[in-house]
Amino acid sequence: MSVQTIRNVFSVETGYRLSDDQIVNHFPNHYELTRKDLMVKNIKRYRKELEKDGSPLAEKDENGKYLYLDFVPVTYMLPADYNLFVEEFRKSPSSTWIMKPCGKAQGKGIFLINKLSQIKKWSRDSKTSTFVSQSTKEAYVISLYISNPLLIGGRKFDLRLYVLVSTYRPLRCYMYKLGFCRFCTVKYTPSTSELDNMFVHLTNVAIQKHGEDYNHIHGGKWTVSNLRLYLESTRGKEVTSKLFDEIHWIIVQSLKAVAPVMNNDKHCFECYGYDIIIDDKLKPWLIEVNASPSLTSSTANDRILKYNLINDTLNIAVPNGEIPDCKWNKSPPKEVLGNYEILYDEELAQGDGADRELRSRPGQPLGPRAGRTRDSGRSVLSTWK
Amino acid sequence: MLQEESDLSLIIAQIVQKLKGSNLYAQLERQAWASLQRPEIKLESLKEDIKEYFKVSGWEKKLQNAVYSELNVYPLPSHPAAPPEHLKEPLVYMRKAQGSWEKRILKSLNSMCTELSIPLARKRPVGEQKELLNKWNEMGTDEPDLSLFRPVYAPKDFLEVLINLRNPNYENGDSLSFRTHLGLIQVPLKVKDIPELKECFAELGLNTGQLGIDDSTQVPPELFENEHVRIGQKVLTEQDSAAAQQYIRQGSPTALRAELWALILNISSQPEDILYYEQLKMNVIQHDLLVDSLIYKDVKLTASNDDYYFVFEDYLYQVLLCFSRDTSVLGHFAYNSASPPKSYIRGKLGLEEYAVFYPPNGVIPFHGFSMYVAPLCFLYHEPYKLYQIFREMYVRFFFRLHSISSHPSGIVSLCLLFETLLQTYLPQLFYHLREIGAQPLRISFKWMVRAFSGYLATDQLLLLWDRILGYNSLEILAVLAAAVFAFRAVNLMEVTSLAAAEAVLADLSTLKVMPLLQIFLFATVT
Repeated sequence: MSVQTIRNVFSVETGYRLSDDQIVNHFPNHYELTRKDLMVKNIKRYRKELEKDGSPLAEKDENGKYLYLDFVPVTYMLPADYNLFVEEFRKSPSSTWIMKPCGKAQGKGIFLINKLSQIKKWSRDSKTSTFVSQSTKEAYVISLYISNPLLIGGRKFDLRLYVLVSTYRPLRCYMYKLGFCRFCTVKYTPSTSELDNMFVHLTNVAIQKHGEDYNHIHGGKWTVSNLRLYLESTRGKEVTSKLFDEIHWIIVQSLKAVAPVMNNDKHCFECYGYDIIIDDKLKPWLIEVNASPSLTSSTANDRILKYNLINDTLNIAVPNGEIPDCKWNKSPPKEVLGNYEILYDEELAQGDGADRELRSRPGQPLGPRAGRTRDSGRSVLSTWK
Repeated sequence: MLQEESDLSLIIAQIVQKLKGSNLYAQLERQAWASLQRPEIKLESLKEDIKEYFKVSGWEKKLQNAVYSELNVYPLPSHPAAPPEHLKEPLVYMRKAQGSWEKRILKSLNSMCTELSIPLARKRPVGEQKELLNKWNEMGTDEPDLSLFRPVYAPKDFLEVLINLRNPNYENGDSLSFRTHLGLIQVPLKVKDIPELKECFAELGLNTGQLGIDDSTQVPPELFENEHVRIGQKVLTEQDSAAAQQYIRQGSPTALRAELWALILNISSQPEDILYYEQLKMNVIQHDLLVDSLIYKDVKLTASNDDYYFVFEDYLYQVLLCFSRDTSVLGHFAYNSASPPKSYIRGKLGLEEYAVFYPPNGVIPFHGFSMYVAPLCFLYHEPYKLYQIFREMYVRFFFRLHSISSHPSGIVSLCLLFETLLQTYLPQLFYHLREIGAQPLRISFKWMVRAFSGYLATDQLLLLWDRILGYNSLEILAVLAAAVFAFRAVNLMEVTSLAAAEAVLADLSTLKVMPLLQIFLFATVT
């Protein structure tokens, strides 16, 4: 079902009720995670709550940055937070910012700015537009642009990872092993003269495939296993494992941030497309989460991947291909996971007593920087909170 | 005994001769002079003291590595009276075949030149030089019209040449006997059978731990992997080429591979190496060669379309264009059956004193050549380092995959080894494929010529190349090719045409190299 259909299904006006043998592929208010502005809002709230609780996860460094929870680029809503943004902009006037409409996907309506005057012009232009009245004017988010992305072969890329959530309370999520990197076709240059050239900056396939250098055989896509092999070979095993641990970490944290507000309807499951950018210090940044990641295929390998993705997702959501029953405990046996692996299982984590242990030793280094070895990371992904 | 001793002294003399001209020799000499200032060096025991100093300061290890490298690359000297071409290739008919193959390539290159009226080489105007310098890091975005260029040859053209090779001194006779070779290669060369291969590749045995097997299964890493990584780190600390080569036979941990390969190939990346690379780069900027277009075309046709390697397109130009200008590559023609093609300055055709090697490195790229470089891009991200590693890999191994010779690692021997293995150990399959007109070599030849690059997944390919370096031999390529056929034997027995057989073997990217090799070599009843 599309997000629009889902909205109708759960809308009060339609008065529709899903029966026990009907399950759907979105949570009613998935936009808490998948709208750029709401995601940022929820993460900010989550961080504040942890801080208030004195959680060790909310520890900050000497510059006031969160040690473990600083994984989204500095972001403001426009027009609402305009003044906050201006204040931040003035602190580092040479930085580049990226403007994105809150509700659009596939790179539509995105542009880069590096001068305040550009924002003012944008604001003027959208006001004079006769089609949009002031009240429904589209909200934008403005984020600090990651201007030092990790380049491979001189090219910029981002990661598209698939994450399946079968329930939010308790949180149970799965990571798909076959994610991929999406490469820009044009060499990356941080120079401001290229700000208008979206082929340099945006990795969305929907954008890149209109570039004249787009290749229809590989589609600019590289598997995550290629990325791991490359990084391990050129940078070493430790930093590579740490990077992937951190990626898992930020995905779980983003889900925990929205879990309390999510309408955890028992009829729902959802497969998200996570977009992550890695910077040249090998720190991953969460850019956005898509509720309806593209399932069309641009290449032959893509087709195989997406076919498997749908298949594996359904195997977890609807076990054994039987008529679904939304009351089941939603813990499928290991054999049906396919290319999914358990990313986090709240019940299991609590059963392990990981929570209690964590609280009793607040001084211990925690989070992805705690230097977990690969082995423990492999088997007990579900034990960190 | 006497014979052995004189052989040894001949080898020593040859290596000393080689090293005397090297940079290392100059460095050692400088170090020896400088060491005279040190208090522990006494005049009365000068020689011993300097030797001791070399030992403790690590220079002895460097010398050892250099000697070891020479031993790996250069063939053992033959009879002192043997002419130098015997070092290139002892069999006359092989030398002749290689010679006429070279003539064909050169003719095709020349006719392309004439057809397109493009000179073999020209100096770039200053403006063009600047432009090229500016886009050095993004040559891939350039889209020159290359529709008129075609690769000088492709592996299948080369296979036709090998199929027609005959030894004039050998009468096969018309009658079939059990000794008759039913494959495409009809020259009698000694190739190993499975018992000999087992002995040669002993470390790949079932009782030895292997990266590529024991790290990917449910085996807990404490049993083999962790210990293997620890030893690998020790080998690197010791900086010992010979130890590294032995070590890598069991596979290299991903994170140590780049350094281990550099150690085995004796590549150290001194400042002068970086300078050398920069000089080659300037050479590319200043002069435009016809082969550049061939390289460009090849990258566009192969690596740019490859799921694994498209990311590295620009690195490939940076390596391959410089490679074509590198005259130090000419040195390998001393032991390569091929000879560098010559070209003459305009108007002086045929006058030896106006002859120049063309391209300057003497190597004409063919369709798929860039795939020798592509996998290395996963290991080295500095272009000069990538360059050095590739050059050494080429002059040690890859040249053998496209020159006609009787060397055990040469492509002719690999083809024969492959066919013999299939014919001997999978006779039904071999016979079936032959009967339906799908000679196995027609399918496997391209895999071997490219050393499987572009056919296997990169992690698997690197595990395979680990073993090439570890055993200093390309024979493993033929064994793997046969193992792939063995693995797909059931499906292949059902096909009825070459096209269908090719379809069965079209995608090797899911294969796991090490289990295939082990099963074929050690678990097959022989």
